Amino acid sequence: MLLISCPWCGQRDESEFTCGGEAHIQRPPDPDALSDPEWADYLFMRTNPKGRHRERWCHTHGCGRWFNVERHTLTHDIISVYRMGEGPADDGDGDPS
Amino acid sequence: MTRYSIFSLARNALAHRPNWARAWRSPDPRPAYDVVIVGGGGHGLATAYYLAKEHGVSNIAVLEKGWLGGGNTGRNTTVIRSNYLWDESAHLYEKALQLYEGLSQELNFNIMLSQRGVLNLVHNEHDLKEMSRRVRAIRLNGIDSEMLDRQAVKAEIPVINISPQVRYPILGASIQRRGGVARHDAVAWGFARAADARGVDIVQNCEVTGIDVANGRVRGLQTSRGAIAAKQVGLVAAGHSSVLAAMAGLRLPIDSHPLQALVSEPIKPVLDTVVMSNTVHVYLSQSDKGELVIGAGIDGYNSYAQRGSFQIIESQMGALLELFPSFSRLRMLRQWGGIVDVCPDASPIVGKTPVEGLYLNCGWGTGGFKATPGSGWAFAHTIAQDRPHALNAPFTLERFGTGALIDEHGAAAVAH
Ligand SMILES: Cc1cc2nc3c(=O)[nH]c(=O)nc-3n(C[C@H](O)[C@H](O)[C@H](O)COP(=O)(O)OP(=O)(O)OC[C@H]3O[C@@H](n4cnc5c(N)ncnc54)[C@H](O)[C@@H]3O)c2cc1C
Ligand SMILES: [Zn+2]
Repeated sequence: MLLISCPWCGQRDESEFTCGGEAHIQRPPDPDALSDPEWADYLFMRTNPKGRHRERWCHTHGCGRWFNVERHTLTHDIISVYRMGEGPADDGDGDPS
Repeated sequence: MTRYSIFSLARNALAHRPNWARAWRSPDPRPAYDVVIVGGGGHGLATAYYLAKEHGVSNIAVLEKGWLGGGNTGRNTTVIRSNYLWDESAHLYEKALQLYEGLSQELNFNIMLSQRGVLNLVHNEHDLKEMSRRVRAIRLNGIDSEMLDRQAVKAEIPVINISPQVRYPILGASIQRRGGVARHDAVAWGFARAADARGVDIVQNCEVTGIDVANGRVRGLQTSRGAIAAKQVGLVAAGHSSVLAAMAGLRLPIDSHPLQALVSEPIKPVLDTVVMSNTVHVYLSQSDKGELVIGAGIDGYNSYAQRGSFQIIESQMGALLELFPSFSRLRMLRQWGGIVDVCPDASPIVGKTPVEGLYLNCGWGTGGFKATPGSGWAFAHTIAQDRPHALNAPFTLERFGTGALIDEHGAAAVAH
């Protein structure tokens, strides 16, 4: 079981949370300009990496708020937790991921 | 290849030194093949077998990063059925079930198919109506399917608790009597042995690390055992589908999730069918060794770790005891996880990709064991003819752009 630090409530068991999947998927700024394959990419295509993954979590059975988690999908290590609208902490490698 | 028969069995049983030949060779990879299949699970091995047998392709390799069937094929709970709601799925899974029915003879390998029936329990009025509709839709596709009332469920499974005094009382069930279970390893081994006999090179401990694409066409693969040129490549890597697709610059509508199962200590025969419940969220059967084989749902987050969370097991056990209070003193023997590749519409992708010569067979998620021979059969056709067979034509990657999704969430054994 994961131990997740809610930015508002602190460390809680995974069972209090719901995972909302990949984070930072931007709604297209001009939806009318999108082709069908572009819509498909926005709606359905996912990065699904084996490694570092940024995802949204909700503290469903706690404060009910959404936030972001950067987590490793092979080791399950939680690398950082940050609020909606923020980017992950810079890991110093000059690469945003 | 020595044929297995009662005579070969007797000969080796009586021999001072049994002389069983290896079931398949272990060749080093050659520098080039006509077709390379990535992934030595059931689907990949079946694809290679049907390519060789039905389409006369002879220069084929199957590359597996670990051992044959070490992915989901050897980790699944082996439930086989074809009672799917939509026509597209019904036809594909029914083809698979029909191939399964003749597979032990076809492969000369006992896959221990046991058509002991699969029950899907119903716990409320809404499900009862929905299930009756489903059963009728399935019958219209010529697939066997019946409704059972509460007493009939009890007659099928005397040990089940049908008391109305529980949170989710059992109101009835659907049953597909031709459904059942098979030996998962045997399916992989049987296809491997039969494919090898037709000249397919099965290369284990060979991880694909890159896909060479030039001018929109696949040229070959980079592997842990060197570069291998290939005219056509089929990706059949289940939990690792997105990782492999990314090597060719493709994005897939797939998330990889852990799915767990566990078995109890062996007990005397108590359950001679497969029972599933979407509502309380558990399913089980009893193995020939006497263990209860118990499965449930996926973990909610993406993972490649082949292990799941403890709270999933806990709720799975709660659900089990809701249906079978008498199992409360059973000890669980072992637990394991696999990584399943889940599509947004819970249906697979079997077909071509935007890269010429590169084909995709993935997204079977939590329920692809039952499809193994049908999937291999249709995928072999797709590769050999460079176009899908009618059976897999609806299961394209493009359906996510056109909107022609095949929503089978309701068909999952339990709500995964
Ligand atoms: C716990 C559990 C229970 C299940 N229960 C059922 C059930 O009851 N009924 C049912 O129908 N289905 C069930 N399933 C689903 C079923 O197991 C799968 O859909 C099916 O086995 C997929 O077969 P496959 O051959 O595509 O994949 P796999 O058997 O996973 O084969 C893919 C192979 O690709 C290899 N591979 C990956 N990356 C590379 C690489 N880079 N290079 C080379 N090789 C690579 C892997 O090592 C693996 O062996 C269950 C799954 C799990 C995990
Ligand atoms: Zn909180």
